[in-house]
Amino acid sequence: MVKSLHRSFVAAALVAALAVGMAAPVRAAESGPHAAWMDWQPGNDVTNTASLQRGAANFMGYCAGCHSIKYVRYSRLAEDLSIPEAQMEKLLLLPGAKKGDYITTPLSAADAEAWFGKAPPDLSLITRSKGSDYVYQFMKTFYADPSKPTGVDNLALPGTAMPHVLSALQGVQEAKFKVVEKTVDGSKVTEKIWESFESGEPGQLSAEEYDAFLRDTVNFLEYAGEPYKAKRLSLGVWVILFLLVFTLFAYLLKQEYWKDIK
Amino acid sequence: MAAATDSAAGKAGFRAWLNKRLPVDEFMESQLIGYFAPKNFNLWYFFGSLALLVFVIQILSGIFLTMHYKPSEALAFDSVEYIMREVEGGWIIRYMHSTGASFFFIVVYLHMFRAMIYGSYRAPRELLWILGMLLYLALMAEAFMGYVLPWGNMSYWGAQVIVNLFGTIPVIGPGIVEWIRGDYGIADSTLNRFFALHVIAVPFAIAFLILMHLVALRQTGSNNPDGIEIKARLNANGKPVDGIPFHPYYTVKDVVGVGVFLIFFCGVIFFVPTFGGLFLEKPNFEPANYLSTPQHIAPVWYFTAFYAMLRAVPDQQMGALLMLLAIVVLFFLPWLDRSPVKSIRYKGWLSKIFLAAFVVSFIALSYLGLMPADGLYVILARIFTAVYFAFFILMPWYTSIEKTKPVPERVTYHG
Repeated sequence: MVKSLHRSFVAAALVAALAVGMAAPVRAAESGPHAAWMDWQPGNDVTNTASLQRGAANFMGYCAGCHSIKYVRYSRLAEDLSIPEAQMEKLLLLPGAKKGDYITTPLSAADAEAWFGKAPPDLSLITRSKGSDYVYQFMKTFYADPSKPTGVDNLALPGTAMPHVLSALQGVQEAKFKVVEKTVDGSKVTEKIWESFESGEPGQLSAEEYDAFLRDTVNFLEYAGEPYKAKRLSLGVWVILFLLVFTLFAYLLKQEYWKDIK
Repeated sequence: MAAATDSAAGKAGFRAWLNKRLPVDEFMESQLIGYFAPKNFNLWYFFGSLALLVFVIQILSGIFLTMHYKPSEALAFDSVEYIMREVEGGWIIRYMHSTGASFFFIVVYLHMFRAMIYGSYRAPRELLWILGMLLYLALMAEAFMGYVLPWGNMSYWGAQVIVNLFGTIPVIGPGIVEWIRGDYGIADSTLNRFFALHVIAVPFAIAFLILMHLVALRQTGSNNPDGIEIKARLNANGKPVDGIPFHPYYTVKDVVGVGVFLIFFCGVIFFVPTFGGLFLEKPNFEPANYLSTPQHIAPVWYFTAFYAMLRAVPDQQMGALLMLLAIVVLFFLPWLDRSPVKSIRYKGWLSKIFLAAFVVSFIALSYLGLMPADGLYVILARIFTAVYFAFFILMPWYTSIEKTKPVPERVTYHG
């Protein structure tokens, strides 16, 4: 009886999965063709302190001039990343900042709007709102486009107001597009589909070195989005272990009480 | 009764002093030890006590959040990040509360499903079911207002969509919307009153309804997987032969349920607190921005089945009405079911097929509500909405014509 009921629910779940599966391809067709760069992942590891330290230095050197991480304090950063205070003050602290301050940017919002048309967003939570894959892909897909005021465009965020600030490191790559014609609602449109990147103007770093640079920086931003993440994961293991032991004893106690129920 | 008095009298000191003034032992005896529950409860019977546990978790974690949260347009988002980063243990408390909201619905949906498979809503438990449905409504209001408080972009736009639904009420609609918001848009005043309702008014209502739900349960006694009344067969002492004292048997059993539940609950808190964007949505990590709409506005997963129904109808007013009906129809379940038996174990295959179709449609609608409302998604949402309502509308027919199996006299129990 219970078995047949069980079986009918399994069947029901399968039907639901099928129906939903049928709908999935419709979605894919809408959001445009899938490109290889959309699968690029930084492979973050917030327990890798050395990587986070390098990432913090990268961020303070290349990003903090325009972007704040206003929920993160210098002192907390130093503590979490095991950076000695003297080192932090010498290498990370922006001019005029004190060690207990939040990490804000010296660029004023008014100036930023005048120069770029848009104030650079705070990056404290960027990996949480957009995902760390997105940040990594964004920083890897700048390409030369002389028609833009900044001389570059971006695949992850087309038309971005941000200049390629890491062009000195990466260089400026060229993008190869395939132009396809297709009919949408009866009218012909041309669409540019990205095919590959080709090396253009070279930078100081090799492709591998630039990639490692980005991985550290994105890893650091993941830390900035959830500074307690490493602690959360390590504490979680102990919590679950405790609960397993607790549940085992609770079960044995229940068996003891219930043994005389016929 | 006699035993309780003896034990109270036998124990001198504080316990005797206390019992003379407050009937602690008498209450334990009459409500927990003297309350006989069917001995054949299965897995489905854990979710009632677990719902109570989640309620307690939400109240306790909520109190600590309230100590640091600032209910204002300018400070709300920052104060949540302050809790997450600078308050000692703040991230655990916040994740407990946000995960608790989703687990509350998981547990309550399973609890309601239990009532549906074993006919726990049938006479004499109609009022118990209705009190439970009122609890579900209060929980929906509580969850919705709580979701607005972090003042993320999805909070803001979700509130916009849901509050505007009241605008579809003829004549008085626009006035009501303004009255709810306290402004011409979702604003500081809205956030402030939602905070008041979320931390005081609705939790009080929920606590009161839980009490009524338990009193009604105590009055009728629990149903069981066989859907037969254990009070029909009593032993020489006047106790049900198939019943066992709630305490210690079910208290000790429920502790096992609590352990298993907490493993899942803490698994989410510590390892996947956003649950892939289902429990905490990505756009909610951006502060509310009335100039930038998230790509897809969707409520949190526990409302998406109803949201899919809303969007399945081209006319917004009719959609809102249909959504309301989808919840109202649940209240009538006790009178729609005409079967001579309560439990699905003894109902015919028609009931089983319709119930399975209902479960499929609810899960499918929940999925569709998370997806954009176009193309095949809308067509599927329409089909599953029809199936959802067919389960209820056709129930008087299929439960009365099908052939049922004979119900046993005693409960089925395999020790």
